[in-house]
Amino acid sequence: MSNTSDARTPAPSPAAALLAGPPQVINIGLEGFAQDLARAGAAVVHVAWSPPARGDARLAALLGKLGS
Amino acid sequence: MRSLQQSIETANAETVRRIFAADPVLVDVIPAREAIPALGPKLILHAGPPVDWARMCGPMRGAVTGIAVFEGWAHDLADAETQAAAGAYTFRPNHDFGAVGPMTGMTTLSQPLLVVENRAFGNRAYCAVNEGLGKVMRFGGNDAEVLARLAWLRDGLGPALGRALRELGGIPLKPIIARGLTMGDEMHQRNVGCSSLLLRILAPALARTTSDNAALPEILGFIGRNDQFFLNIAMAMGKAMTDPARNIEHSSIVTALCRNGTDFGVRVSGTGDQWFTAPVEMPQGLYFPGFTAADANPDMGDSAIVETVGLGGFAMAAAPAVVGFVGAGRASDAAVFTRSMGEITWAPNPEWTIPQLDNAGVPTGIDIRRVVETGIAPTINTGIAHRKPGVGQVGAGVVKAPLGCFEAALDAFALKVTGSATG
Repeated sequence: MSNTSDARTPAPSPAAALLAGPPQVINIGLEGFAQDLARAGAAVVHVAWSPPARGDARLAALLGKLGS
Repeated sequence: MRSLQQSIETANAETVRRIFAADPVLVDVIPAREAIPALGPKLILHAGPPVDWARMCGPMRGAVTGIAVFEGWAHDLADAETQAAAGAYTFRPNHDFGAVGPMTGMTTLSQPLLVVENRAFGNRAYCAVNEGLGKVMRFGGNDAEVLARLAWLRDGLGPALGRALRELGGIPLKPIIARGLTMGDEMHQRNVGCSSLLLRILAPALARTTSDNAALPEILGFIGRNDQFFLNIAMAMGKAMTDPARNIEHSSIVTALCRNGTDFGVRVSGTGDQWFTAPVEMPQGLYFPGFTAADANPDMGDSAIVETVGLGGFAMAAAPAVVGFVGAGRASDAAVFTRSMGEITWAPNPEWTIPQLDNAGVPTGIDIRRVVETGIAPTINTGIAHRKPGVGQVGAGVVKAPLGCFEAALDAFALKVTGSATG
């Protein structure tokens, strides 16, 4: 029976792996944050998202009833 | 028992099925009084939702006075204005009569109307013939040159087109649109490909059916010089396709988008012919030399019927050249517009596809629920009229449908399908 190197060295945790490389960012909502990161050279994917019905709680509730 | 959501989904699927199943054919050009028997003296159909003289914008007033002189209801423009202000004319939306009209959208009894027959459902829709570029009535032009051209359309081009189309037995439009999308057209601000394809079909028939040797080159030249000749045909087609999709209970799909220069109007299948309106917005675009945004009128026209069936701003990815023409960014941004419209529509059209999007279909069937939820407003490609009567077109641009229309429509739709007030 032989020992492999994996058995002797614990695999790095996912969190540690994240910190080991350059940041890869998904930005949701305000695009300005993504733009700042992009200007700084970071890899960033922006997701255009806003609260349902532009934050209007009454319309959002209505949409809930209508199955949207 | 079906849930409300299931009922809406089923109704929406049926609405879009009818739009996709349409078989629009350009069959004739006939006088408006024959196409729309309800038309009579001093009845003027206009673009957009209902509007009276007091609230009409400058170019709409210019077109009204011009068409009143053209029809012989007034001695001159000043007389027409006096009569209009005194309530002598009745104003109604084109949409109420199976018709559509670009920009000011004047439809009166003696004008020649393009006839598009939806052979899958047996209905017909109408639109005036495109007047060409420059000073034209659809942009509020009303001088002697404009009226003389309308007279030639009525007495020369219109009857000749009618003869040619009848001889051909009609021209199916879906295949022309499909090819146009592969030739850089989006069928609102760019119709170069479709106008050319149409002329290829029409020219031999016009030659066979036009006995006046002097008239034939004039007719062919008029169509050939006008890149936007096909627009009015695409509009009548859009109306013919959407009319059978009206009045489907529980459907939250839009059946008409239109503007009159004062208000933007929306109709939804499940709420029938009720209009939902909000103040129309200013187009954002580019101006011809000598004009600026200060000259621009708020948006006008029934032409957004092409967006209602997935063309125009919804098919921007097919027409990168249009993005620059309307000042909406880089050509490479074209796909962004189409993908964004995919967020608020029911399904891609399997027959009208866009090569630049790996042959994805144009996004079709605007769902008011998705518009309100996402806050993404339908994008409409448009011409820009001068705000004063009689000047004409000053630019081209993009305009967003106001979200207020869709929020009002959602309230009314919810009231209808739930049977009680909400909120």
